Amino acid sequence: MAATEHERRSGPALELDGAAVRLGGRTVWSDVSMRVGPGEFVALLGANGSGKSTLLKVALGTLALSAGRASVLGRAPGEASRSIGYLPQRRAFDAGTRLRGRDIVRLGLDGDRWGLPVRAPWGRGAARGRAAALRVEAAIAMVGADGYAERSIGECSGGEQQRLLIAQALVGRPELFLLDEPLDSLDLPNQAAVAALVAELCRSTGVAVLLVAHDVNPLLPYLDRVVYLARGRAVEGPVEQVITSETLTALYGLPVEVLKASDGRLVVVGQPEPPAHHHDRHDHSHAHVG
Amino acid sequence: MSADPANPRLGWNVLRDVGELVEYHFMVNALLAGAIVAVMSAAVGWVMVLRRQTFAGHTLSMMAFPGASAATLAGLPVAWGYFAFCGAGALIIGRVGGSERRTWSEESASIGTFQAVALAAGFLFVSLYGGVLGDLDSLLFGDVLGISDGQVLVLASVAAASLAVLVVLARPLLFASVDPDVAGARGVPVRALSVVFLAVLGLAVAATSQITGPLLVFALLLMPAASAQTITARPIPSLALTLLFGVGVTWLGLGISYFSVYPAGFFIATISFAGYVLVRAGAALLGVRRARPADPMPVDGVIA
Repeated sequence: MAATEHERRSGPALELDGAAVRLGGRTVWSDVSMRVGPGEFVALLGANGSGKSTLLKVALGTLALSAGRASVLGRAPGEASRSIGYLPQRRAFDAGTRLRGRDIVRLGLDGDRWGLPVRAPWGRGAARGRAAALRVEAAIAMVGADGYAERSIGECSGGEQQRLLIAQALVGRPELFLLDEPLDSLDLPNQAAVAALVAELCRSTGVAVLLVAHDVNPLLPYLDRVVYLARGRAVEGPVEQVITSETLTALYGLPVEVLKASDGRLVVVGQPEPPAHHHDRHDHSHAHVG
Repeated sequence: MSADPANPRLGWNVLRDVGELVEYHFMVNALLAGAIVAVMSAAVGWVMVLRRQTFAGHTLSMMAFPGASAATLAGLPVAWGYFAFCGAGALIIGRVGGSERRTWSEESASIGTFQAVALAAGFLFVSLYGGVLGDLDSLLFGDVLGISDGQVLVLASVAAASLAVLVVLARPLLFASVDPDVAGARGVPVRALSVVFLAVLGLAVAATSQITGPLLVFALLLMPAASAQTITARPIPSLALTLLFGVGVTWLGLGISYFSVYPAGFFIATISFAGYVLVRAGAALLGVRRARPADPMPVDGVIA
């Protein structure tokens, strides 16, 4: 595996303390305190519009807090962007996008550097070029994308694109991996496979993971902790403490019931969720404009 | 042997035909300017196709028409009009088009309105100029055989500057084009890159307009890149093919038009189009663009 021997920091990867965000005059959430420790796998749960993507934007440094404190890898948000892997919420690449999966992964390594990736074909330049190619290769192998990395990204299926994008996010060996609804557009077998892959990468590379999800069930076997956002507040803790009738009822201020199916799956009943499914993105962008 | 530009003769000896082409200063200038513009618009067009900004490119090429007619009306060199209007158009589209995160349809709608106004302005300028403007053809289809030494120099400088900008921006521009969210999170200035690229696109359109005219800009800006990207998804080979197609099509078109009575723009556009059709047909035959395969089943299934 690629980055097991990579030295990791000991402090928390992400820490919010009494944090609040206001967008367009509306408080999205306030008094949120949470942390993602090094190498931890944490899920960020909540209904649509509860501010999950907003929290990722705070971690990325693209959105400022209105109150409280945030630190990312011991620094202010936005100062550690090269040490963060980010998988945004998305549908898919356009079918006509004519770049190979390999090129998409490569952008994660040095796509933010100016200039052409031209190196002298001898000496140190050549060695660095080979090292970069090897890291891309290793990242592709890590997510099991060897079979389709040469194909044009637009021709890959949704699950294949998701794996390649995970490789892109991890090729730079980040210390914190932020995923926004990575399971959203996938069918159930692929949801399970991608959840297992992220958990395996978290364990093998030691990257800390904060994964935004609607549905906790595909993640249940792997999670260290969950953060649940609702009604502008957050609760943090182990799954069995947070996703309970008592905790969620207190959080929502409405009677919410958590049922456990015989296979261990959790079902939240009575959760006041707006019916909209794919409007998360738009809601946020409009909030930005206003 | 001395040739007569009024009466060109095409023989079987290719070397002698080419020799006859370059015997005239206006032809040398045309071939030089054509190659410069072809390289520039091929490189810019390659990025444009990848960014799916062909509509913005089209609107900028429509800006070239009011630019040229306004310059003519004002008694200025046409090239000034091209550069001024395409440059201003690029800045306006940069503000209107991507001012916030919008959907493509909203963006196309606002760019489209802008395009209509631009064409109307061009129409007005031509009308204002009155009947003396006998040269509407060259306003619409360019005047490649009338390129002066000075123009070649200007085109070369503009092309060199644009290519230099593209080389410096290369990786972040590619990143921001295919994956703006991730690029932005990594600190790439996505918004600024978009404005700078539109400005470069405006320059490329203005330069290309002088060879093919505003109406046929896409023959050099779009078709070489679209053909090359159909052939391969590997960035370096596809970029190299784009440059090759652009220069090849331009020289072939100029060469053929010298020996015929029809204008160069027609041949450049037609050869370019024929190449694109051939490539698409070949790709369809070889099944290069396969249907999306099904997702492989994972090892650990889950009960739905």
